[in-house]
Amino acid sequence: MDGSLGMGVEPAIVNVVKASNRVVVLGALSAIAMAAARVYAAEGAALTLVARNADRLKDLAADLKARGAVQVEIAVMDLEADAVNAARHLADWSARMGGIDHIHVVYGYLGAQDNASADPTELSRITVSNFASAVHWCEAAANVLRAQMHGSLVAVSSVAGDRGRQSNYAYGAAKGGIALFVQGIAHSLAGTGARAVVVKPGFVDTPMTDGLKKGGPLWASADQVGRALRRAADKGGPIQYAPGKWRVVMAIIRSVPAFVFHKTKL
Amino acid sequence: MTGKFLPTSTLTSWGRVVRANHFVARPRFGDELDGLLDSLSADRPGLAVGLRRSYGDSNLNPDGRVIDMTSLDRVIAFDRETGVMRAEAGLSLSQALRILVPAGWFLPTTPGSRFVTLGGAVANDVHGKNHHAAGTFGASVTRLKLLRTDGGAQEIGPGDPLFHATVGGLGLTGVIAWVEFQSVRVPSSWLDAEDTAFARVEDYFDIAAEKKNSFEHTMAWVDCSVSGAQLGRGILSAANWYAYGDLTPHREQPGKAVSLDAPGFTLNAMTVRAFNSMRHELKSMRSGPYRTHYEPFLYPLDGIANWNRLYGAKGFYQYQCVLPPGTARAGVVDLMKAIAASGQGSPLAVLKDFAPRESVGMLSFPMEGTTLALDFRNQGERTLRLMANLDSIVAAAGGRLYPAKDGRISAELFQGGFPKWQDFRAYVDPGLSSAFWRRVSG
Repeated sequence: MDGSLGMGVEPAIVNVVKASNRVVVLGALSAIAMAAARVYAAEGAALTLVARNADRLKDLAADLKARGAVQVEIAVMDLEADAVNAARHLADWSARMGGIDHIHVVYGYLGAQDNASADPTELSRITVSNFASAVHWCEAAANVLRAQMHGSLVAVSSVAGDRGRQSNYAYGAAKGGIALFVQGIAHSLAGTGARAVVVKPGFVDTPMTDGLKKGGPLWASADQVGRALRRAADKGGPIQYAPGKWRVVMAIIRSVPAFVFHKTKL
Repeated sequence: MTGKFLPTSTLTSWGRVVRANHFVARPRFGDELDGLLDSLSADRPGLAVGLRRSYGDSNLNPDGRVIDMTSLDRVIAFDRETGVMRAEAGLSLSQALRILVPAGWFLPTTPGSRFVTLGGAVANDVHGKNHHAAGTFGASVTRLKLLRTDGGAQEIGPGDPLFHATVGGLGLTGVIAWVEFQSVRVPSSWLDAEDTAFARVEDYFDIAAEKKNSFEHTMAWVDCSVSGAQLGRGILSAANWYAYGDLTPHREQPGKAVSLDAPGFTLNAMTVRAFNSMRHELKSMRSGPYRTHYEPFLYPLDGIANWNRLYGAKGFYQYQCVLPPGTARAGVVDLMKAIAASGQGSPLAVLKDFAPRESVGMLSFPMEGTTLALDFRNQGERTLRLMANLDSIVAAAGGRLYPAKDGRISAELFQGGFPKWQDFRAYVDPGLSSAFWRRVSG
């Protein structure tokens, strides 16, 4: 696998840097991100892992190297607080890896709607983590991609972003917002050879969802969704559901009229 | 969130006979273990478990706490020159092989499923088809890290008594955080194999004795459903590594899965007999040596995920014993006769000789002799009665049963079979326990 060039691009106008598999993962300690990183590692990719916990990042880096990654860099950072410096950080990481082919924005914060309703700090944390900070990383990534005309941005949204629901509309609105933002980036990259994708997972068995009753046909493993993230960097449309059946499920949920929907507790 | 024990009613062992409630924590990072262990005590003991391929109740702690180690699956270091791998205890053998094989290394030994964690491989001191050449898994463990509820972390290795209690120690001597082991060089990921049919179980012993001198991997499967002259007909498969092949690892995802419990009648006596006959015919027709990837040879059942559900919602028992050389021939025939007479024939019966090697662990199952492994669909009292009959044959022959497979033996049979169990007891972490341990240590 490599950061392959778009089909419509004439070789003559493509930059001369040999496309390869240099990857930045923002929120690298999330279960989904770790799963995606293992897929890249098995391909012999170079990775820059970004998250807050240095010790955990070091452990993860050792694991990915054993699994085949040719280079693993770690960057200890509060991605929310440092989002305005996104462009500078991407340039640093690009220098360390000799370029960037794929940028995965995976970090986020679920929170709880009840707390967000009662506590403005919690409401801010949900919207900043999932949207207000994420847009800076996505836009900085988009600028890199526009300039180099190859590679991809893959941002993680959620099926919760497809319809406002009483149980988590703060999280849903932020995730829905980032989906629109990345959809717009995908439009702006059309024809350049670079791409942007927003991936909307459904229920995923991760620490974020521990405490919920898991199992059944709508639950996916972090590995499944991690593989979907890796695939999205090379293939598929700008909005992808993971697993794909959620596209149908959410189409139905979006189409339920309010007078019916409001009788549910979803 | 992580670091908490959450109630669940769906935790089962591979045999799925016991249905119980547990409180399960699933740490994702090693630094969460200390906090989890702090909450365990003699009054409220816990147990660390892996992929739960043990069949009975050695990996269950009903109404108690369980630490699911499977998300702690990071490789800490792998030296491609020396073949030494150190990894968190939750790493599966399957994942380890995906890393080892392309670099020209293999597990020192492997049980018949690769969906076993490193921690589980140590805690049960697992063996494989190459026992006569390699010994148990514990023989290749160079170091491990053990966390105790009563005294912090220790790094231990061969020579340390706590190490020899921990290898084969059923997870009772502490929580294994990581394992370091020496892998073995392989020239390819392919095996040169051959099958030899035998008409009677008596013939197995002569063929096995001959094949072990020229083959690294041997095992036999036996048809228990026929009686009389054909009692114990079977096939002995033997293999050596092929010297010139490539180093392609297996694919990680099983091709087929059993997603629902089969109705209980699926594996009745008729179908078991038909199944075994068919396998017998197919294998007999294959003459001469054949070349095979390690995956189907070493892991024949891993190709079907959740095959344990074929036994229906009531689950099944596995019975695995080892009989010493002096009594094995007669004892195995007696066991086969009792099984055939019961009509509860097992679709999978495996025979394998263990070499005269001292196992590493105080409670390691292998000892010199012949091991026989069988499945029985759970038919309640009837099945338990049959296994009690088998128990008396095993006890009379001076044999013992494999704790990893067991969910019902008496304290007497366990203690008689494992003379070092009293020594072992001194190393048990008071904050850890299992249903198996409570039954057999009483």
